Amino acid sequence: MCTLGCLAGQPLKSLETAARIVAADCPDCQLPGSIKGSQAILRGMPADVDALVLSNDRLSEAYNVVKLAAPAIAAAVRPGQFVMVREDHAGAPLLRRPFSVFEILRDAAGEPTGFSLLNKQVGVVTRALYALEPGAHLQCLGPLGQPFSVAAPSGAAWMVAGGVGLAPFATLAEALRAQGTPATLFYGGRSVRDLYYAGWFERLGVRVVLATEDGSRGEAGLITAPLQRELAALPAATELMIHACGPTGMMRAVAQLAQALGRSTEVSLEPVMGCGLGGCYSCVVPVRTGPQAAASQLVRSCLHGPVFPGDRVVWNELAPAH
Amino acid sequence: MLNAIGLQGIGVRRFIDERLPPLRDQRAVVIVNICGTTVHEYAELARILSDAPGVAALELNISCPNIKEGGITFGCSLQGAHDVVAAVRRATPLPVIPKLTPNVTDVASFARAAEEAGADAVSLVNTFLAMAIDVETRRPRLSNVFGGLSGPAIRPIAVRMVYECRQAVRIPIMGMGGIMTADDVVEFLIAGADAVQVGTANFVDPFIWPKLLDGLTAYLARHGHGAVRDIVGTVEIPDRSATTAPQRIST
Repeated sequence: MCTLGCLAGQPLKSLETAARIVAADCPDCQLPGSIKGSQAILRGMPADVDALVLSNDRLSEAYNVVKLAAPAIAAAVRPGQFVMVREDHAGAPLLRRPFSVFEILRDAAGEPTGFSLLNKQVGVVTRALYALEPGAHLQCLGPLGQPFSVAAPSGAAWMVAGGVGLAPFATLAEALRAQGTPATLFYGGRSVRDLYYAGWFERLGVRVVLATEDGSRGEAGLITAPLQRELAALPAATELMIHACGPTGMMRAVAQLAQALGRSTEVSLEPVMGCGLGGCYSCVVPVRTGPQAAASQLVRSCLHGPVFPGDRVVWNELAPAH
Repeated sequence: MLNAIGLQGIGVRRFIDERLPPLRDQRAVVIVNICGTTVHEYAELARILSDAPGVAALELNISCPNIKEGGITFGCSLQGAHDVVAAVRRATPLPVIPKLTPNVTDVASFARAAEEAGADAVSLVNTFLAMAIDVETRRPRLSNVFGGLSGPAIRPIAVRMVYECRQAVRIPIMGMGGIMTADDVVEFLIAGADAVQVGTANFVDPFIWPKLLDGLTAYLARHGHGAVRDIVGTVEIPDRSATTAPQRIST
């Protein structure tokens, strides 16, 4: 008995088992043939982890940091990558939601044991994440997407974060500081109640520049103001890569300021994503086909992003939801 | 899942040049879903794909609610459905599988029209035309206003429609609509589907289909069946007074 029978008795609960079935050779049955068709997809598959909630640190009435046990994801994730999460219970929204990996958690020996999510309550899933209690579980699929490029040690790296857009910069800051790259974080929000973890970055050796629109912390106004001043003052010979994540208007301003001075940027876009795997085409963004090209095409930000060169994004064609 | 993604295909020429070769290399069974705005376009697509090595069958999208013309306009008229299927039938030796929309009063009559026009099988169901409103802004959640509803919310309706079509046609049925578990697969098979498709669940769990195969295998073993075909259309409707089939409920 071959059709289906050849798979009988083999629990297909994990990626490893699935990969074993893929590798199995059965000339008679048709089903493994179709499984073989997906071999390439399976090989590059992220891990789907039923992650234990270790802690939930509510920073304010809006922001919280959830720590999750997920060694497989923590060991593989690179700066700027994301996970797709959902609660696995009836009544939870069907589709997963994308979240940047925030901190990497490590044990005493320095081995990655999990990661955290920086969350802000805005919708159904972010409210559920805010309410999570230790001991609960969160289904996490990842790591996904293209990471930030980590600047050359000889140059400098600037990170520009708006509010919860800080999330992808914890891993990037660690990677930069590990290789000795001088790093600066420009971190802005509406008020002091949007700025957290500044000290965490300072302890890594990152220079932190703060701005709030209401002036309740740091410089009063938009974070792009000190950014623009420092850009203008930077010696032309200094190599620099600017990374930005936050509201679309902020990222657009950063990309255009930098471009005017011939500086490179990477922006982390946050479109609505249905699957995070290239399947649903809900996260397409318009991207120029070359650095100077007039032509643009829609690409899936889950596969080709979420990190894009700032001068490739066709900002005025980004959907309003972005 | 409520979507208004539309059809983001790259065009038939690029599909043949870029997407088909890697699928062929991996010996995947490729069923190409095609959509046109005129009967002629469907036939032309079918002709082009018939000459491309590695295409196993054609599924005709006469049911997408998210495109402005073509598609669902054929799927909502018996004559339109018949004409598209007949034209594609004449244009290709490949198996022809129209995908039916559930947004009609009597889906079985469309399955019959497809069969009479020479379809080799039918797929059902596509998404249900649906709408959601953000109550804070009072605006539709989708910029298209309407979208197509899929996922577990539609499964019982899809199962009913597969059952209705099974009574109406002899050609094979591919059943789909909200399959999330192996029991859902079995349910469609028992209702009369010869095969199933899984869409939305892949977005939630990319490892869904090995789990479905595992569960289907376990079900067959538990019930002493050697093959999937042994359970197709085996729903047992309890004998009731005059009829063995459930009546449509009029309200």
